Amino acid sequence: MSFALWTPLAIPALLAVLSLAVPSPVLRRLSPVAASVAVLGSGLLLVSAALADQVPTLGDGLLRADALSAYMLTVVGAVGLVSTWGGLGHASAVPVRFAGSYDALISVFLAAMSLAVLADNIGLMWAAIEATTIATAFLVGHHRTPRSLEAAWKYVILGSVGVAIALLGIVLIYAASRGTGEATLSWLVLSQADLPLDPALIRAGGALAVLGFATKAGLAPMHSWLPDAHSQAPAPVSGLMSGVLLAVALYAILRIQTITDAVIGPDFLRVMLSIGGLLSLFVAAALLIRQRDFKRMLAYSSIEHMGMMAVGAAIGAAALPAVLLYVLGHGLTKATLFVISGRILEVEGTPKIDDVRALLVRRPGLAVPWLIAMAALIGFPPFSIFFSEVGIIMAGFSTGMGVTVGIALVLLLVIFASLTRLTVAMTIGAPTSAVAAAAAAAAAEAAVPVVPAAALTGLIPTVGAGASVIVADIEPNPVEPVVPVEPVVPVVPDRSGHGPMLPLILALVTTAVVAFIADPVGTLLTRAAEVLGGIQ
Amino acid sequence: MFTTIYPQLIGLCTGALLLTSALMVWRHSLLASIRLLSVQGVALAALVAVIGVEEGEVEVILVSVLVLLVKGVALPWVLARETHATTRTDEAPRLNPTAALLTVALLTILSYVVASRLLAGDTSVSAHAAPIGLAMVLIGFLLLITRRQAGSQLIGFLVLDNGIATVAFLTSGGVPLFLELGISLDVLLVVVILYVFAGRMRTKFGNTEIDQLRKLHD
Repeated sequence: MSFALWTPLAIPALLAVLSLAVPSPVLRRLSPVAASVAVLGSGLLLVSAALADQVPTLGDGLLRADALSAYMLTVVGAVGLVSTWGGLGHASAVPVRFAGSYDALISVFLAAMSLAVLADNIGLMWAAIEATTIATAFLVGHHRTPRSLEAAWKYVILGSVGVAIALLGIVLIYAASRGTGEATLSWLVLSQADLPLDPALIRAGGALAVLGFATKAGLAPMHSWLPDAHSQAPAPVSGLMSGVLLAVALYAILRIQTITDAVIGPDFLRVMLSIGGLLSLFVAAALLIRQRDFKRMLAYSSIEHMGMMAVGAAIGAAALPAVLLYVLGHGLTKATLFVISGRILEVEGTPKIDDVRALLVRRPGLAVPWLIAMAALIGFPPFSIFFSEVGIIMAGFSTGMGVTVGIALVLLLVIFASLTRLTVAMTIGAPTSAVAAAAAAAAAEAAVPVVPAAALTGLIPTVGAGASVIVADIEPNPVEPVVPVEPVVPVVPDRSGHGPMLPLILALVTTAVVAFIADPVGTLLTRAAEVLGGIQ
Repeated sequence: MFTTIYPQLIGLCTGALLLTSALMVWRHSLLASIRLLSVQGVALAALVAVIGVEEGEVEVILVSVLVLLVKGVALPWVLARETHATTRTDEAPRLNPTAALLTVALLTILSYVVASRLLAGDTSVSAHAAPIGLAMVLIGFLLLITRRQAGSQLIGFLVLDNGIATVAFLTSGGVPLFLELGISLDVLLVVVILYVFAGRMRTKFGNTEIDQLRKLHD
């Protein structure tokens, strides 16, 4: 079974090279999808091995797939597949010159994420996570607008500085392990309970490593890169970053947490993660209330869900299966939503929630999956996010973290209300008034720049006066030009999904049923949590 | 013979590292900072080589060659190419030189206090020098926060990274070779990416000031 350890690394890497070398657009477009399939297939193979109590290793134990690694690899593959397959319709906006590198970078990203979850060496895991910063930097800056450049710069600086802090922490953990005879970074060795590790160094190293990876996981107060990067990146990339990158950073935190818990007890990181988690929920709640951009809305929702997962990690063993289920549910749902958001952005031409009205009447092909996925994201049953949140909250109450969980619950309610309001604003409503309002807004916007322009061209007073007259004509009754048009062209509902619908349907069905499958999903989650020292 | 001068060599190398970091805070010219960064890379490579000779490990000496090539030659070269293309490279930082140097002194004291608690049980020569690495990390942060030009921020990031490497070599003789390779490659690529972005910034805005990146907010 150990071949499944190198296939998720080698096949995406090979596909990346191919998509750069072979000038075939079809192969290029399909290569990220094939890479995702390779990762997903390997993940499922390793899951079956883990369920049969096997732990495949490769390369002198450098790569190792216990139940947790196998599960995370499956999540990477599944979310990757939804994002890349669903994003196939998207890249028409991609300039041809850079298309090869776009698809190659996505494959490299998938290979690096696979390496991060399969490495049984914290240092190698670090290098792989840093490599994803490199792969995604150009993907965030892909559109080459000043805004995407700004997002990419902030992302690379904050991301690599954060990850550098994590490296400092890992170096200190390495130094702490000298007491064991030979210094090691093997996670398997370090997480054994009775090692003579230096507590002071482990405390400092663990704190720095968690702080660094929390930057990458988008936890407040180090979250500021996340909304910018997610809103500026092409939609499939946003889905990958939100569903995979954040999840893998959380995975790194969980691994580090196991090491520190064994040496200095769980209280230290519990406080850190609780504060980070609650702060993330607070930031998300505060900024979602008045959010105007639907991609930023999804980004803040990622901060919210990562915050909730961090609260779950703080609770510890009892909440870990719920946290791991959360990773899958959030990844699939968010990838679906980002893919649809990319399509909405493409057909509507605006990222503003105010400009996208009455989607359900005008474009049911996009609005129906959007509504279902938003319901899953907000936390309606039967979708798995609901069960994860309930699981974390119950575990919190039973382990005496009632206050933390109580605050989280209040913030979740605020977020619930905000997201519901924004979703309703986008989808439900009468289209005619929306069109009129849009026209009015357009007229008003057009009118504003005309006046100074008229003033500037005041060399010819008659023209200036003429322009002002036109403005004056439009301004009192901006709806007027629209009214005669509207009855002639009735709103034709656009039932097209504007891209492949099957991956979205598969993702939503999976999140809807996954929480009900006790075997093998429940068994796998329990075993993965056991790897982290949960559920003895 | 070597064991007697070993503590002095460690002291010399770490002293050079701290001095170059402090000078980078003091100097405002980007080109001067890049030369200092190159000197710092050479000092770091020398430090690694000294540790390698003391421990008699060939792998560590190989790492020192790698450090020399990446941090002493390649990175400063990439940065210098970027800088020659621009006309104005002088920096107007948020802190005046006196305040900045005072902050450097405070950060160094702070890192000695922190490190003395962290490495209380370790009496080796290299552990005594480890606070320098921590101070370099903090100075890197200072540069990142107080500088306005893209190029200067990059230098701050590299000082931070050099500091981490210093801590790694002084506390545990460095990470394994394959990891050092991976880490060096990552850092090199991050610098190349930021260099490309700085170039795009110049074509879009005409300069590389970070303060103009303020369009995205809520």
